[in-house]
Amino acid sequence: MMTSRSPIPSAPWLLAGPGALFFFGLVLLPLALTVILSFQAYDHSTGIQSTFTLSHYVTVVTDGYYLEIFWRTLRIAALTTLICAAIGVPEAYILSRMRDPWRSVFLLVIIGPLLVSVVVRTFGWSMLLGSQGLVNQALQLVGFAPARILYTETAIVIALVHVMLPFMVIPVWTALQKLDPMVEAAAWTLGASHFTALRRVVMPQVTLGMLSGSLIVFGLSASAFAVPALLGGRRLKMAATLVYDEYLQELNWPLGATIAIIVLVANLCIMLAYNRMVETRARRTLG
Amino acid sequence: MAFLTLEGVSKEFGTFTAVRDVSLTIDKGEFVSLLGPSGCGKTTTLQMIAGLVEPTEGRISLDGRDITREKPNRRGLGVVFQSYALFPHMTVAQNVAFGLEMRRVPQAERDERVRDALMLVQLSAFAGRYPRQLSGGQRQRVAIARALVIAPPVLLLDEPLSNLDAKLREEMQFELRRIQRKVGTTTIMVTHDQAEALSISDRVVVMEGGRMTQVDAPYRLYEQPSNAFISSFVGKTNLLAGTWRRNGTSSAADIGGVLLEASAPEIAAGTPVTLSIRPEKILVRDAGAGRLEGRVASRFFLGSQWLFTVETPIGTMTVSTPNLGVEPATEGSQVGLDWSPDNMRIIAGTAAAA
Repeated sequence: MMTSRSPIPSAPWLLAGPGALFFFGLVLLPLALTVILSFQAYDHSTGIQSTFTLSHYVTVVTDGYYLEIFWRTLRIAALTTLICAAIGVPEAYILSRMRDPWRSVFLLVIIGPLLVSVVVRTFGWSMLLGSQGLVNQALQLVGFAPARILYTETAIVIALVHVMLPFMVIPVWTALQKLDPMVEAAAWTLGASHFTALRRVVMPQVTLGMLSGSLIVFGLSASAFAVPALLGGRRLKMAATLVYDEYLQELNWPLGATIAIIVLVANLCIMLAYNRMVETRARRTLG
Repeated sequence: MAFLTLEGVSKEFGTFTAVRDVSLTIDKGEFVSLLGPSGCGKTTTLQMIAGLVEPTEGRISLDGRDITREKPNRRGLGVVFQSYALFPHMTVAQNVAFGLEMRRVPQAERDERVRDALMLVQLSAFAGRYPRQLSGGQRQRVAIARALVIAPPVLLLDEPLSNLDAKLREEMQFELRRIQRKVGTTTIMVTHDQAEALSISDRVVVMEGGRMTQVDAPYRLYEQPSNAFISSFVGKTNLLAGTWRRNGTSSAADIGGVLLEASAPEIAAGTPVTLSIRPEKILVRDAGAGRLEGRVASRFFLGSQWLFTVETPIGTMTVSTPNLGVEPATEGSQVGLDWSPDNMRIIAGTAAAA
C-alpha cells in the first residue's frame, strides 16, 4: 500500500486548469465574441457599427434565400445520417462477425480514409462525378444518357456519406463488441430465424451505439464545409459555406455571425431533442 | 427406448479434434451429465446436440428423427447457456415468452404458460423486472424458465451453475433436480464440477481429450473408476503405483517394498498396477494397530470432517475422517492407517499417478 499524503487543496484546480483555460480561450471566448458580433449593426460604406440591433436575425428568418439554405442543410444532414445508418449498421455487424486477420484488414479499410484529407477526397469525388468523370463514362458505355451529378445535392450526399461512414461504424461496432454472442444463439434455439434474431435481439441492443453514431454524423454533416464548397459549386450552398461567403465575400461579419449562431442553436436543439427521444427509450430498457 | 442418440460423432476445428467418436444413448426423462476438465470437448458435444456446431462426422437422432444437419431454430431444444444469455432489453416475462412468440402461440395461452413457467422457478414476483435487476441465481432460473416454457423434448444445460457462489450453487443443484423431476424433461448437463455431476445426475459421462472414457451411474463411477484420471478427477483419491505379486492363493501389490493386500481378478504376477483408495475409506488408529504406520504431517479441520496428510513408507496419503466430536490425532503424532481390503481398488493399466 502506498502511504497516503495529505491532499493539496488546490490540486484539482491545478490539474483541470490548463484544459479549462484552453476551453475558455479557444471555445467560449470566440463564441461570446461571435454572439456579440451578431447583434452589431453593419453598414456597407462604414463597416461594423457598435450599435445594438436585431435586424440580422430578422433578415435571416424572414428572407426566403436563407431559409432555403437552412432547409437544404437540414435535409442533406438528415439524409446523410439515414444512409450512414443503413450502410454502417450492417457493415459493423458483418465486421463484428469476422475472424481476426480479416477483421483487422476491413477495420483498416473503414478507418483508413480518415487518414486522407477531406479536401483531397472531395476532389476525388468531383473527378469521378464530373460531366466527363468515370461515373458518366460508365453510364454512357452501357447506353444511358450522361447524368448531371456534380454540383447537385446528390453529389454532396454521396461524398458526405463517404466521409461520415466511419463515425457511424465505430460506435455501432463498439456496442456490438459488448454483446454476448450467445444471446443471438439463444434466440435461434428458441426458434427465431437469423433475421428475426437480428431484428428482435441484436438491433435493440445496439440502439445506443447507433444513437451516438447518428448524432456525430448529423452534427458533422450539418456543419460540413469542404464537401458542399467543392461539390455544391457556387449556387448550391449549405449553412457553413453561406457563413464563409458572408464573412469573406460580402464582408458582412455580423450577418455571418448571426447565421453561425442560428446554425449552432438549431443543431443543438435537434440533437438534444433526438437524444432525449431515443436515449430515454433505450435507457429505460437497457439501463 | 433410446430417445436421443449420438453415433460416432466427431468434430474437428482445422487440425484440432475437439470431439472424437462419441456414441451415447439417452433415455427419455434421464438426467445425464457430461463431466470433464476444460477443453475435453464436453461443451462442443452439447453444442452439436443444440445445433450450434455442426459435427464433422457421425449422426445425431432425436426420437428416431435424424437431426444432425438441422438448424438450431428447427430442433426445438431448450438450451441454458453458461452466461445465461438473457435478452437484456426485455423483461423477465418477455424473455420467457420469446420462444412461444416464435411458435406463434396465441396471446392468452402464452401468458398462461409464462406464468406457469415463472411459478415453477419461483420467480412470479419478478415478471416485470429486467435481467440486470436480478441476482445471478435469479437470472439462472429465468434462463431455465425460458428454456422449459417451450416444452422442449431435451433440455441442454451448459455449466449452468458455474457463475454462482458456492452456497447458491449447492441450493441450485437441488432446485435444478427438483424442476427436472417435476417436468420430466430429458436433460443433458455439461459441468467440470464432479460434485455437481454426482449429486444430481442419473448417469455421468466422463470425457477426456475429446473422448468418452466412462459412462456410469454416479455411485458406480465413484466406486469403480475405470482409470487413474477418473479416480482422481471424480472425488479425491490416493494413487499407489506398484507391482502385482502372487503367493499361492493370496495376492498383493508390492508398493516400494510394502505388500498391500487387495482383492483382484486374474492379474499375472509381475504386472505393474496402480492401486486407488479413497481418503474416507481409510481409518486412523493408534500407532501399531493398522496396516500401515505413518506420521501426521498436517491436519485441516473442515467442519464436518478432518483432513489429514500422513507420511508413510509408501508415500504421502490423504485421509479424511468424520468429525465425531473429539479431537483426533495431532500434527506430528504417529498413527496407524487401516482399511478394508475391498476398498483398495486396482486400476487397470499403468497410467500412473499424478
